[in-house]
Amino acid sequence: MSLSPLLSVRDLSVGFRQGGRESIAVDRISFDIGRGETLALVGESGSGKSVSALSVVRLLNYPAAFHGSGEIVLNGEDMLKADEARLRALRGNAVSMIFQEPMTSLNPLHTVERQIGEILSVHRGLSGEAARARTLELLTRVGIPQPETRLASFPHQLSGGQRQRVMIAMALANEPDLLIADEPTTALDVTVQAQILDLMQKLQRETGMAMLFITHDLGIVRRIAHRVAVMRKGSIVETGKVSDVFANPQHAYTKALMAAEPKGLPPPENTEKPVILAAENLKIWFPIRKGLLRRTVGHIKAVDGISFAVRAGQTLGIVGESGSGKTTLGLAALRMIRSEGPILFMGNRIDGHGYAAMRPLRKDIQIVFQDPYGSLSPRLSVAEIVEEGLIIQRPDLTWQARRDTVAAALQEVGLDPAAMDRYPHEFSGGQRQRIAIARAMALSPKVVVLDEPTSALDMSVQAQIVALLRKLQAERDLAYLFISHDLKVVRALANRLIVMRHGRIVEEGPAAEVFARPQAAYTRELLAAAFDHRPAVNG
Amino acid sequence: MSASILSADDRAPATAAAPRSRWALSPINRRRLDNFKRNRRGFWALWLFLGLFVSSLFAEFIANDRPIIASYRGELLFPVFVDYPEEKFGGFLARTDYRDPVIANEIRREGWMIFPPIRFAYDTVNRDLPAPAPSPPTWWLSDAQCQPAAAKTGGSRCRDLEWNWLGTDDRGRDVVARLIYGFRISVLFGLILALVASLVGIAAGAVQGYFGGWIDLVLQRFIEIWTSIPRLYLLITISSVVAPGFFVLLGILLLFEWTALVGVVRAEFLRARNFEYVNAARALGLSDATIMVKHVLPNAMVATLTLLPFVLNGSITTLTSLDFLGFGLPPGSPSLGELLQQGKSNLQAPWLGISGFFVIALMLSLLNFIGEAVRDAFDPRKTFA
Repeated sequence: MSLSPLLSVRDLSVGFRQGGRESIAVDRISFDIGRGETLALVGESGSGKSVSALSVVRLLNYPAAFHGSGEIVLNGEDMLKADEARLRALRGNAVSMIFQEPMTSLNPLHTVERQIGEILSVHRGLSGEAARARTLELLTRVGIPQPETRLASFPHQLSGGQRQRVMIAMALANEPDLLIADEPTTALDVTVQAQILDLMQKLQRETGMAMLFITHDLGIVRRIAHRVAVMRKGSIVETGKVSDVFANPQHAYTKALMAAEPKGLPPPENTEKPVILAAENLKIWFPIRKGLLRRTVGHIKAVDGISFAVRAGQTLGIVGESGSGKTTLGLAALRMIRSEGPILFMGNRIDGHGYAAMRPLRKDIQIVFQDPYGSLSPRLSVAEIVEEGLIIQRPDLTWQARRDTVAAALQEVGLDPAAMDRYPHEFSGGQRQRIAIARAMALSPKVVVLDEPTSALDMSVQAQIVALLRKLQAERDLAYLFISHDLKVVRALANRLIVMRHGRIVEEGPAAEVFARPQAAYTRELLAAAFDHRPAVNG
Repeated sequence: MSASILSADDRAPATAAAPRSRWALSPINRRRLDNFKRNRRGFWALWLFLGLFVSSLFAEFIANDRPIIASYRGELLFPVFVDYPEEKFGGFLARTDYRDPVIANEIRREGWMIFPPIRFAYDTVNRDLPAPAPSPPTWWLSDAQCQPAAAKTGGSRCRDLEWNWLGTDDRGRDVVARLIYGFRISVLFGLILALVASLVGIAAGAVQGYFGGWIDLVLQRFIEIWTSIPRLYLLITISSVVAPGFFVLLGILLLFEWTALVGVVRAEFLRARNFEYVNAARALGLSDATIMVKHVLPNAMVATLTLLPFVLNGSITTLTSLDFLGFGLPPGSPSLGELLQQGKSNLQAPWLGISGFFVIALMLSLLNFIGEAVRDAFDPRKTFA
């Protein structure tokens, strides 16, 4: 680290004005980044980490946002006093950014060449052959194979990882001194995440740029950052070298964050238990139709010949990357989409059942969705949400009995039944997911499909939800079909594991076995990406 | 220590646990109401329109050719509500003409009667006109002009006459009375048409958007063909076969008006049918109808409510233009369109056209202001910094 830091933020506050009210998002934070250094800004959603990073290049929505105090000194220049023209000259040049969602940060109507060429022409005046040559060089550098063939591609023709590589190429185009990366890997699959992180680390070594890396994932911090700043509710509660902070966290919140990873192991697989839900050679093919007569010319094989069995009191984990067909499989198990191949519930075939025939079975097969913000109707109170299934499935209940059942279900998932007449927006993400679980549990199901129930939640809340699910399973001898891409959560819950890729099973076996001795190369790759925390070089 | 921090997530929200009553507004609706109130023009337009509309509902008590209440030989009579035969007062008509001086004097001698402020109904012909119909507003005339008419009742000047504040039309009927009744029938017609058309349109749009696929495709094509039928020609054709009354017109216009809301409702249903909470409701075994009404429809209500004032406006304009062309309500009905038509054919009587224009312009402007305020109130991006 050189003597004068590249970026020095002192006493920075960020507030927002809305409807005559002011709220403080960031409260007097200070941090430094030296040349060639990576600072990770860690915190849960809403802690103000993105807002802090965006204010470095003054990209907030001014004048709704304002800075009550502080200074941001980049290369000896105070960014808060710089005028708009000067800021424009700096953005994308000395400081560049990578955002979380590469699909929406790239213009869908521009080719890769135009996308990167624009930055080169704005800041360096390059055009024509020179710009093309530089673009190719950048694409090669970010590891896009055969870059010549990719120049004319549009963003939708690229995979998520490739899009993020293009974003990085754009950010690197003018060799910035500082790269701000706002959760650059959160939207990507684990194996791709690992590749992108490796790439960013390699590029940093080569160019000597500094990075401000925003993330909520401690695994990534340990892997890529030199120093870390932990944010909570708009303040930095702890800063220090990554190795020091991880070895010896000082602040209570940092300690809590470190301890928040889902812990504990599920009981080993018990094949004595009765099978609740099973499928054999399950196929879900979506036809591809072409031509005037809509002839079926082929199929997209979302799920292609998968067999599984979920036993009472046991959890079957289904793991795979996005597009592997795991969610489709879950929906088919619920008979929410059409599928081929026998599905057995308690020994009876249900794959021929229509919507009406399934209705009496719905109370036994329930689902919890990924996003607790999307899965609860914002216009119904908690009581109305939870009792909805009861009205259909248990019409014999009186109003009072139904309310008591709702109260009991809320109690069971750790919520205060007194809050049952409130609306979902009054609850936090974790509490909302508890409401969604209560909705499923109110019907006393025998099997619950859990479709990534933790991935929209903050790390510390994830651990609580896992503990809750484990408790409910033990009390009610529930069978879980647990769908996830997050191997840490799966390891904490699943007794048996199916690894899926492209609609097929790659590996299957008792969870402990698979985690300890993965057989397939793909499984090894997944495990390496999820659990490998190599420390940052010269950290 | 760490446990206390983690459980922060599960603590009840900081807001006090005051139980909300069933009818209290949710915060988002309160914000919308505040936004609406903050649009002063729309807010005042709403009150002014409601005031005008509610008072026009009691038009019989404002402008009528019968007394509201009368006493005759010790008997209390309510001529507004009850048709009394004229024999009761010594006349011979089946319905009493209370404006007839003979009857009026008879009742006054044996009791009393209270008239509404304007003693003309929309179809009352003023037989004591100072000038040939269409007669100008009474305050426009000189005493010399009024003298012959006033002499009939024993007066000599204009102030002794019964005033026509805005003159009369070409059949000697009071313009103010016709405007009050015409306003009422226009707004009622527009409201009924807009409401029924919205119900049909929402239902059609909901079915299309929610089920999608073939149903959507077929209905969409049907609507495209349906809306391409020129409605005016069809109306003219139909009105030559069926005598157009209030409800016949309503029915015919409904055939075309319902398509206005289908598009937005369909789009909202298409968007919302795959929301996770809709899927969750399906997983609970709810029927399609329940899901549509309870979970998806509220999403479409914002778009619908935003459009509704403009649909109402359109309905009123359609009725007025039909009346203007002579294909609307049956002859003799109080209608703003017919008043405009009279204004057109009696250019020497500008009070007809001007007052008709003014009332229509006021009504449509008020509705437009309300519509704009509603639209702004529902706009989630609207902030009042």
